[in-house]
Amino acid sequence: MKNPRSNAPRLIGNVSISSLAAMLLLTGGTLHGADWPQFRGLLCNGVSDESAVPTTLDTNKDLAWKADLPGRGLSSPIIIGDRVFVTCCSGSKQQRLHVICFLATDGSKLWERQFWATGRTMCQSKTCVAAPTPASDGKRIVAIFSSNDTVCLDLEGNLMWFRGLGRDYPNASDSIGMSSSLLIASGVVIAQVESDSDAFTAGLELDTGVNRWKIARPHKANWTSPILLNSGGRELVALLSSSGVAAIEPATGKVVWDFSGSGSSIPSGAASGGVLFVPSSRGLTALQLDASGEKPKQLWQSSRLRTGTASPLILGEKVFTLSDGGILTCGAAATGERLWQLRLKGPFSATPVAVGHFLYCVSETGVTQVVDASKPEGEVVSELDLGETILSTPSLSRGAIYFRSDAHLWKIGKSPS
Amino acid sequence: MIGHFARILVIFGLIGGALAGQPQEIADSIRAIRSVGPEGRGNAAAAAAWKKLAAGDATILMPILEGMDDANDLALNWLRAAVDSVTGRVLGAGGSLPLHDLGMFLLDTRHNPRARRLDFELLTRIDAATADKLLAGMLNDPSTEIRYDAVQKVIHQAGQSLAASNKVGATLLFQQALNSARDARQIDDIAQQLGKLGQPVDTLKLFGFLTEWKIIGPFDNRGRKGFDAVYPPEQKIDLAAEYEGNAGKVKWRDYVVTQKYGKVDMNQPYGKLKDVTAYAMADFFSDRAQSVELRLGGKNSWKVWLNSNLLFGRDEYHFNSEIDQYPMPAQLQAGRNTILVKVCQNEQTEEWTVEWDFQLRVTDALGTPILSTATGRDTSTSIERP
Repeated sequence: MKNPRSNAPRLIGNVSISSLAAMLLLTGGTLHGADWPQFRGLLCNGVSDESAVPTTLDTNKDLAWKADLPGRGLSSPIIIGDRVFVTCCSGSKQQRLHVICFLATDGSKLWERQFWATGRTMCQSKTCVAAPTPASDGKRIVAIFSSNDTVCLDLEGNLMWFRGLGRDYPNASDSIGMSSSLLIASGVVIAQVESDSDAFTAGLELDTGVNRWKIARPHKANWTSPILLNSGGRELVALLSSSGVAAIEPATGKVVWDFSGSGSSIPSGAASGGVLFVPSSRGLTALQLDASGEKPKQLWQSSRLRTGTASPLILGEKVFTLSDGGILTCGAAATGERLWQLRLKGPFSATPVAVGHFLYCVSETGVTQVVDASKPEGEVVSELDLGETILSTPSLSRGAIYFRSDAHLWKIGKSPS
Repeated sequence: MIGHFARILVIFGLIGGALAGQPQEIADSIRAIRSVGPEGRGNAAAAAAWKKLAAGDATILMPILEGMDDANDLALNWLRAAVDSVTGRVLGAGGSLPLHDLGMFLLDTRHNPRARRLDFELLTRIDAATADKLLAGMLNDPSTEIRYDAVQKVIHQAGQSLAASNKVGATLLFQQALNSARDARQIDDIAQQLGKLGQPVDTLKLFGFLTEWKIIGPFDNRGRKGFDAVYPPEQKIDLAAEYEGNAGKVKWRDYVVTQKYGKVDMNQPYGKLKDVTAYAMADFFSDRAQSVELRLGGKNSWKVWLNSNLLFGRDEYHFNSEIDQYPMPAQLQAGRNTILVKVCQNEQTEEWTVEWDFQLRVTDALGTPILSTATGRDTSTSIERP
């Protein structure tokens, strides 16, 4: 019988996940292709080349474990080897910051570290201080919070460094709450800290947390996250904002190119097959990355592919957008042509993730709908109601999908880690 | 600082073998961690020192907690993480923590409030019943977190009285909670409960918002340039002066706050204008020089000066606001102090962008209102807080 996931995209952003992992090993990192080291996974695009994640979600059959969490969080779990890391916030003003490590095999808590926020913690009620997702190079975990407190721990919970970016730069915050997730590239932690009152992106030394570089950014509130680009073999990081996209060298912060035609402040971009997909209020724009790493060319712009809070997802030749209300739109990645739409049970804040041709779309009410994107009009093939508010994007690793709410962390999928 | 480390060394002496014969190394480690500063300064040395502390056994906890006294907020986080590491390992291995020492540390309110809060949480892990009983006596604790929990405990008891139809009992308990509460949201919740029980609370007085202002405006803020523009009130406060404003001559006028959360609402005197800037000035009299916090709430762009010194400013419009949104440490001088607030309104026309206001109060670090002692000021507008 043919493997239903045989159409799984093996080439993403010009490199496969496994070859990227090999590349990271060569550059000193210790990530494995099955790790999920940051927001939307190894390539920041929400796609996994796993093959054992259940597509019929059933907690009676596939719940590996469910763990209690001590506080709120919109951040995604990240998974390194047999460890799952989650951030939370608690306290009357969400001033208590938590980083917790669970054992992936049985959900037992290995360690927890708590910190007091040194920056502002005010957030709109829908979001919270533990909104950004941590990042890892395979040896260390770096977590940032809405207060812009940034902490680096090794996998055993040893504190490597602490930065109060909100303390150092007190105007780079907003009163809704910051949410930009971290990215580690070229031994540098990329922290995009952008608000109306002050805005910067910093490259922090992974070893010590001190600034390697810090660049000024548009003074506009921005909740998007940086993403990795592989442009002609050159590793770049795309910084999205409502003003457009800037691609920087992670080692230096030098802006390599700037594209001002399209931009967003909430959904992040996604790259696949040498194309960067940029959401904006006008729809979705596809930028062909230049093989020499220079400024990309616009392939198309489509007002019929509209994102909401969720970021776009690219699966092979298809691009998907999900509106806040629950309209899943499928388009042709090459042309931007809209292919089909499917109404899901919304509303949605979390970005879908994908394995093979299956999309996992988790609604704010905690209902995950698994969509078979290979069907002519898309088809919901499974639903799972976890019964709690979920605004966090799920994570995929080693045959399992992880969900987190304000109170719990679930591992669905019983494959051995 | 010397005295502080001497105290640590005394503790090392008292607990003898707890430090495996290396008290100086531990003291040096704590010192290295306490040296961390802005922009990652001292992180590398602190990381090496942290490993030494985190490798200790339970007897190292008290020296670390002591080491938190007078530490900056960055160092506090390093030290608390070391405590987390030690306690996680000790308790995970079935070991015990020094209950008596932790209890005595908690009861000594001279210690760092955050160290005592951490201590309280350790105590709760190993003897929750005792910790809970101690909490009942901590309604006026200098730790905001401990005090918050103690007040919540009384609020819970008030709720139980209410559920048992004991309204008088509930009222007394809510009032007790209100007397000790310093968290703005907690205060507001209690006030609402008392209101439902027929005991309305004057929040304007309770929070101690500044109510007597002189205001002047509007000035230009087209293109949101008013935030950086320097208009005459920033250069000199002359209450008799008249200036060229946004639409003709402007001069200072009285403004008395009546809104229950202390809002200085510029829409009231000037109308619902857009692209404008205004100033509000208040005199605040202090009987002595003292450290305070000026706490501002508002969703418009603003700047605050105390005695002509800029404290802080935010160039952000219509995101969110709450009481005590921006606490600004400040130093009052004895006698008259002048507080100047610039508040800007932008060009947005959505329904949720109408507000053009701010609220401001002066408090201690805990949030207790500090009131102006001005002669002639109606001090009856304040409520005494314990």
